[in-house]
Amino acid sequence: MPLSIGKSLMIIAVVSVVTFSTRVIPFLLFPKGKEIPPLVKYLGAVLPPAVIGMLVIYCLKSVNLFVWPHAAPELIAGLAVVALHIWKRNNLLSIGVGTVLYMFLIQQVFV
Amino acid sequence: MKKGGYKKAFRAAFPYTIPVLTGYLFIGTAFGVMFQEKGYHFLWAVLMSCVVYAGSGQYLAVNFFSPGVGFLDVIFMTFMVNVRHIFYGLSLLERFGRAGKKRAYLIFSLTDETYSLLCTTNVPEGVQEDKFLFAIAFLDHLYWILGSAIGAVAGAVIPFNAKGIDFAMTALFIVIFTEQWLAGGKRIPAVIGVASAVTFRILCGGDNFVLPSMICIMLCLVSGRRSIGKNNGREEDTHAA
Repeated sequence: MPLSIGKSLMIIAVVSVVTFSTRVIPFLLFPKGKEIPPLVKYLGAVLPPAVIGMLVIYCLKSVNLFVWPHAAPELIAGLAVVALHIWKRNNLLSIGVGTVLYMFLIQQVFV
Repeated sequence: MKKGGYKKAFRAAFPYTIPVLTGYLFIGTAFGVMFQEKGYHFLWAVLMSCVVYAGSGQYLAVNFFSPGVGFLDVIFMTFMVNVRHIFYGLSLLERFGRAGKKRAYLIFSLTDETYSLLCTTNVPEGVQEDKFLFAIAFLDHLYWILGSAIGAVAGAVIPFNAKGIDFAMTALFIVIFTEQWLAGGKRIPAVIGVASAVTFRILCGGDNFVLPSMICIMLCLVSGRRSIGKNNGREEDTHAA
């Protein structure tokens, strides 16, 4: 261990508290029982699709379009997930096939 | 409340969490491997996954366990890597408000994946909402702890070449995105989310684009309220899409 037990525990405590604080902020701003302003209600309703769109890009943030293989594995596997999902509407099938395809592509095809 | 309510809730929740199970087992394993390589007993990885519970946050935190890292750095960097979570609760104020004693845990366990599941999954008939939400959050947390324990115990010895398995998480978000898109109604916010993220990923690079993207998303959603709100007026109170 590079650090003492005490210091290590302190770091974990700090990371835990800071992480929790980011998640709890909206609940402190709009506590239970208090009327939620219409604008916040509206944002709460429309944010999830926007955030999920952002998270797709977040997952792909280290992909570089200008370097071999030019995001080809991500693009192929991603499109396969979409196509399969539109066709079968089965979450597990889409995710399972997409992931196996992606692993095959980066391990065997675009090495 | 009778105990059967939980059993039913866990049974109903489990199928929805299987994609997260796959993803968390493997990205949790990666965290466990990284942490034990620093020279920490596997219980340290388990402890951290129990009390922190954040994917990218814990990856980053491994770097803090070196001499000379100050607590202000720890606070600032952890805050920045998790800053997107500030916005998640806005969509769950009412649902969590009905969750009683489980509310604090639900807030604590609000990761990207759990947030996405909670916002897009309908509570099945005959299952109590608060227990169903808790079951999803708790199962996800369990997978994460289990993954980090496996990684920290087994070290780098993984029985097969798992490279790329973390694509399960990407695929999960793509599936949820597609599902929402096909359901219609909320396509404008979806486009705003993707377009903002792509724009700021190009402008700011992979490490610094989340906060500007989120701010841009908020500004677009607020300024476009009149036209977006019209499409979504019906859904405002129902939440689940």
